[in-house]
Amino acid sequence: MRIECPHCGERDRREFYYVGDAVALARPAPDAGPDAWDDYLHNRDNPAGDTNDLWYHEGGCGAWIVVSRNTVTHAVHRTKLAQKAAS
Amino acid sequence: MARLIALGAFGDLLPLQVGDVTCTEVVRETLFSVAPYRGQQKAVSAGLKTQLGLTLPAVGRRRAAGDVICQWIGHDAWIVSAPVTLDGLAAVTDQSDGYATLEITGASVEAVLARLVPLDLRSATFKVNHTARSLLGHLPVSITRTGPQAFEVMVMRSMAASLVHDLQEAMTGVAARGSA
Ligand SMILES: [Zn+2]
Repeated sequence: MRIECPHCGERDRREFYYVGDAVALARPAPDAGPDAWDDYLHNRDNPAGDTNDLWYHEGGCGAWIVVSRNTVTHAVHRTKLAQKAAS
Repeated sequence: MARLIALGAFGDLLPLQVGDVTCTEVVRETLFSVAPYRGQQKAVSAGLKTQLGLTLPAVGRRRAAGDVICQWIGHDAWIVSAPVTLDGLAAVTDQSDGYATLEITGASVEAVLARLVPLDLRSATFKVNHTARSLLGHLPVSITRTGPQAFEVMVMRSMAASLVHDLQEAMTGVAARGSA
């Protein structure tokens, strides 16, 4: 699998560290209540299909990247700096 | 008073020659990382222009003014080889003892690096002053082309000996095959 880093271009998967669902970027408000925080911290979907994950370009530029990909076909649809996805 | 012995980060591991490839230490006594605060990149570039005579290079590039270099080293980060004052514009951190840098040169240099680095470093795609963050073996490095048969490799100083070890193995392997 190869991932397109917005800074570095297409790189081998071994340069990246997988972090998890990009839902981590959608942090609830401090007073959102225990259900919202429980969901944010612990509950993740496990779809067979399209996902948005966070990957860290550890063996490269050090950027956090949102990778939209398909877990069935292994196609990588698009990538975006987490910095831009979150702001 | 005690007489101190000055040693580079690579100690007596360099210079190293195997076949037609040579590694030598590059000594830059001053290194500062520059990480512009959000929205301050243009102001940082202008500050560097005034203080050092060069602006921030693009992602994946190095720029030089005389002996001073400014090199992209990662997400929103550059390294400069001279002191700069960028109060309120960027996080500036002294890295002078943080990195070790060597230059590797020779006719077979691309064949040596091809054994270790998962990038296409041939001159058609990776030209002089192009720089990349990647892995050399297991080591995170910055690689910069400095000439037709010359590259600079920068690693965290603690990994200097590992860098020489990996390069020496690759240099020996390439040399054993004869011409590149
Ligand atoms: Zn990258």
